[in-house]
Parts: sequence; structure tokens; C-alpha cells
Amino acid sequence: MTSDPPSPKAPVALLGPQRFSPTVRDTLQELRVDGPVACITAGWEERELEDEELSEHLGYEARNLRLFWRTEEVFQRDPQLKESLLARHDKLRGLQKRHRLRLSHALEAARSLMREEGNDDLLEPERVSAIEQIQELDRHHVGRVQEIHQQFSESLSAGQHGSVQQEREDLARSMDGVGALLIAGGHVVVLLNRLRLFDVLGLASDLPIVAWSAGAMALSERIVLFHDRPPQGAGDPEILETGLGLCPGIVPLPHAQKRLQLDDPIRVSLFARRFAPAQCITLDNESKLCWNGQDWVASPQTKKLNHDGQVQEFAP
Amino acid sequence: MSLAIQELEQSPLVTEQAVDEFLSGRTFPLVEGPSVTFVYRGAADSVFLQHWIYGLEASQPFQSLPGTDLWYLVMEVPPESRFEYKFEVVHGPHRRLVQDPLNPDTAKDPFGANSVCHSERHEVPEWTRPDSESRPGQVEELSFRSQFLGSTRKVLVYLPARFRQEKRYPLLVVHDGEDFLRFADLQVVLDNLIHRLELPPMVVAMTQSPRRLKEYADDPDHAKFLCEELVPQLEERFPLIGRRGARGLLGSSFGAVATLSAAWRYPDMFGNLMLQSGSFAFTDIGKNRRGPHFEPVVSFVNEYRRSPNRIADKVFVSCGTYESLIYENRSFVPLIQSTGMDVRYVESRDGHNWENWRDRLRDGLTWLFPGPIWMVYE
Repeated sequence: MTSDPPSPKAPVALLGPQRFSPTVRDTLQELRVDGPVACITAGWEERELEDEELSEHLGYEARNLRLFWRTEEVFQRDPQLKESLLARHDKLRGLQKRHRLRLSHALEAARSLMREEGNDDLLEPERVSAIEQIQELDRHHVGRVQEIHQQFSESLSAGQHGSVQQEREDLARSMDGVGALLIAGGHVVVLLNRLRLFDVLGLASDLPIVAWSAGAMALSERIVLFHDRPPQGAGDPEILETGLGLCPGIVPLPHAQKRLQLDDPIRVSLFARRFAPAQCITLDNESKLCWNGQDWVASPQTKKLNHDGQVQEFAP
Repeated sequence: MSLAIQELEQSPLVTEQAVDEFLSGRTFPLVEGPSVTFVYRGAADSVFLQHWIYGLEASQPFQSLPGTDLWYLVMEVPPESRFEYKFEVVHGPHRRLVQDPLNPDTAKDPFGANSVCHSERHEVPEWTRPDSESRPGQVEELSFRSQFLGSTRKVLVYLPARFRQEKRYPLLVVHDGEDFLRFADLQVVLDNLIHRLELPPMVVAMTQSPRRLKEYADDPDHAKFLCEELVPQLEERFPLIGRRGARGLLGSSFGAVATLSAAWRYPDMFGNLMLQSGSFAFTDIGKNRRGPHFEPVVSFVNEYRRSPNRIADKVFVSCGTYESLIYENRSFVPLIQSTGMDVRYVESRDGHNWENWRDRLRDGLTWLFPGPIWMVYE
């Protein structure tokens, strides 16, 4: 039995890629935000401050919170913190590699069972069991990642928080008076780590949040990495770790049309069933998924992966 | 199922009009299952297909269709094959090598251009074609004075789109780099694979030797140029990671020998090697039969075969099964695997040519330099 996921407190909008069809401004208008906004482009890494196109699109002040470069400055002042974070990163990478190994066998078994035709009375319980095994692996992985995060938090001394705290105070000042927080896509780990390091959502309190691509992924409960046709390897979707949990019950899938074989009902079905009860939602150009306080509301370009292997317009 | 050419041949009256109709609306060479029909129309005493498929007679005679000026040849070709060819048209005392007039598909190389045949199920990879969504990188031309080579060398340097001094990049050095740009669409391929996140943004230095048969044949001065002059100067000039694991060296044919030789002489320099259709000629017994240019190659490869050692971390090897070098490359793979290097070997039904090397770039480069495809969602 599953319970309904908790709901976000403030408005949240998850968007698709913004390069060719920017929709942030319209979304902000719908949210009745008209004025300065705070933006996070840390996922762009070294290009973090090249946000002219975004500012131009918005037509008003977008205060870049500089999380990427802020972190670099913190690392310079606090090399011990940097060392600890790198050690954690190495540990997480090592764990991910082992998880991937176990996952590949389990996913291959499930796909084989789903491809097999014949007596459904015989096959379906086997498929269900195969998917449950994958879900168990996912749970195990998330648990192990949380343990590592926990160890890391405990190993940091109070003094090491000082450099971060200082930046956090500066961030609070930067966010003073803004009408919304924007979170752009890019490198999801770089973005997530910096959002966590400075606890930016803790500073955003009830601000509306508009996030796209990796930004949307970072807000999810569990971050799912995916690509069905990578140049190397089988293209097995994998859970990276827990996200910031601001869009519970939703697995955001940016660039789904390019990254997923949406015309392959077996892959679609396995994806949808594996992550149930969460809903797997595609975020392509002009996709938009908004929490209006009661429900998720989507634009017609926003699709949902169904358990039957079909992809259809999202309806809550 | 009878072939279109057979139906034409068996029709009761084969007229010029019937030939016109046969040719109209079809693309040539005509691929019908495993059969490929080449046709030539025009005055001739005889016509031959000249190709570069090792193992087949290099010159294949056409038949003439009686009562017409149509010549044809039907060949059985394995699926997913690609090969280059020309027609040799003999008329009176004249012999002319020409491209297939009915086939617009050609491949260029330093010697000109050939017609291209794709058998059933062969497709040109879409990532080799310009993609308007891919942000283009830039190619800068630099000059390097080499003490070891005793001359100034032009080196073209590819900088990826959105290149930044603040970032650190991997480095790939490519032998015959200008040819790779011209004949193997290297810039389009890099732009596309980087845009698709299959490769990390990287700096690619393209060298070109004016004396490649000498310098690429295990010339110690060439290895010194690469490892003691070029790479250190590039690392001073550009924001490169500067570690063995983030450096790669690529070469095809003799360029692959130069790659192997440089890595053998400087095993701490390159972590990643890409060897395409390597001219790894060797002798177990007897003499080299590939000509004098191969003498230093054979000496080097024989020596390496006697005592193979680990000279990189990852080595990607590819060769076409229609190349004369397929034997040398196949036997090379277990040898380098025995050293503990991580080796990946790929064959294709193709020949010793630039498009074969182009079409293997994705396999090789994305394995040697995996991009951030799993982590970046822009």
C-alpha cells in the first residue's frame, strides 16, 4: 500500500529545455511574478555567469546567486571542506559504479521477461517480481547514498561550516525582495551539491520556484539519470540519489524525446512501473508542469509514461 | 526474385527506350538484397569495376547487354558493407578510370575522389552530418618550430564551442589531422559528439607531416616532437588537464604506427590511443613484401611483438575487413591485450579509406573520452 506523496507548499513550475523555446517569462507571468528574481545557473559550471540570454528573455533583473563560483571561493578559503567533499564524491562514484553493475543484470532480466510472449498467467508474476527486485536495488542504493551523506555531515566540524555560513548570509541578502527563484539545468550533480551546500531552498521559504531540465531533476524526490541510446553501454536508467524533494511523486525527464525510446513500449513500461507510484513526466520543448496548490497542471507538450508502454498527455 | 537487370535482359525486345526506362527512377549501383548491380552506359570495348576490396579480384569485368550500349556487373556483397570504386572504360587504345556517372555519392581523399557503394542495411551515421543544433567549435592555426624535426610545423587546434580559459580540457592529438578535417569531417563529428554530450568538450591538435612515410614509420625524432615539444607547448598555451589519462593520440594507417611508436617511446605521455587500420606489418619468417617504406615499420612492429608492454591505459583498434591489413590488425589485438591494457577492437565491412575512419570515430572517441551524457541536462 502506498500513501499519497506530500505536496509542495509554494508554487513550483517544472519546465523543459529553454534554449530554443524559452517559456520562463510566461510561466512567471502566470505565477504573477513581475520583478526581480533570483537565478541559479550553477549547473552551467564555468559558464555560470553567462546568463545574458536569460536576463534578456525575462526583461527584468535576474540576480545570479553565483553558487558555482561561490563554492570555488569557499573551497579556496576552506581546503579541508573541499577535501571532505571530494572524498564524499569519490565514495559516491564508487558506489554508483557497483550499483550500475547490479542493476544491469536485473534490468536485462526484467526486459527479457517483458519481451517474452505467451501465457500471461505464468509470465506476469515473474515480471512483477523482477520489477520488485529492481525497486529493492533502487531502495538499497538510495539508503547507501544517504548513509554516506550522513557520515559526511557528522565528520564536518562546526568551524568548517563557518565559510559556508558566511556565504549563506550573503545569499539571503541577494534574495531579499525577489519574487521567485529560477533554477536552470546543466550538470545535475554540480547543481544539486551546491543547492545542498548552501541550503538555498531553506532561504527560499515560500518563494515560487521555476526550474528546468537538471533544475527540475534536482527538485525531485529521487534523481533518475537516463539515456536509452548512449554511445557506450546498455542505457540503463539509474537512480543517482535523493533530490531536494520539492516535487514529490514526479520523476522529471528532460529531453525525453531525444534521450528515451518513447516508441519502445517495453522500455517505457518498465520505466513507468519501476518508479511507480511516482509519475514519469517528459519535459521537452514547451513542456510545463505546475503545482497550483492543489494539483499538478501540465501543458499539452508534457507527457506521462504509462505502465502499458504508451506515452500520453499528462493529467493528474 | 529476379533482379531488375535480369528482367531487362529477358524482355523480348531490348531497345534503347527500354534501357532508358530501366535507368529512369532508379539509383545506382542498384542494391537488391545481397545483389548489387553496377551499370555503365556508353560506347566502350570493355568496362571493368576497379575496387579496393582485399580478397576479391581488383578488376571485375562488366557484361554488355546485346543490342544496347549498356554494360553491367552484378556482385554479391555482404550486408552493411561500404566500399569505394571506379569504372575503367576501355575504348580503342584509351583506358580511362572514371567515377560512376550514375552515382552521385563520392568520397574524397588526397588523391581525388571515388564512387561509393553501400550494400543493403549500410547507413552513413547521422552524427557525421552537420547538425544545426550543434554549436560549432573553432579551429586555430598555430606554428611550432621543431628542433627535432628541423622545421616549422603548422598545427591546427580545435577549440570546442563555449571554450573557456577557466576550464581544464582533455587533449587529443591527431596524425594527418588536416586530412581528417577534409576527408573525415572531423570538425563536424567533434561538434556533434560534444553537443550531444557523448564527448567532453576537448581540445584537439591536428598535425600534418610533409614526410609521413618517414616520420610516421617509428621515427624517434617524430616521437620527440610530439612528446617533448608539441604537447608541453600546447599545455602551456591552452587550459589542458595535463594528465596522462586526459591525453589521447590518434592515427590511421601509417599514422597508427606513429601513434604506437610515440606511445612506446613515451609510455607516460598518453593514456588513450586510437589506432585505425594500423599498418602494423610484421614478419614471422622471411622478408617484408610491402616495399621499402615498410622496412622501419616491420623492424619496429617485430620488436614490439617480441616484447609487448603496457604503453597506455586504453587502446581502441579498428580495421576494415576489406583491407589488406586486416590480418595484421586482428593478430595485433591479443598481443596488446596480453599487456594488461584495456583494449577495444571494432571491425567494419569497409576498406582502407577516410570514411571508414570517420565512421568509427564515435565508437573510439566516446570510449576513450566518455562525455557527461548521464549527468548534464541543459
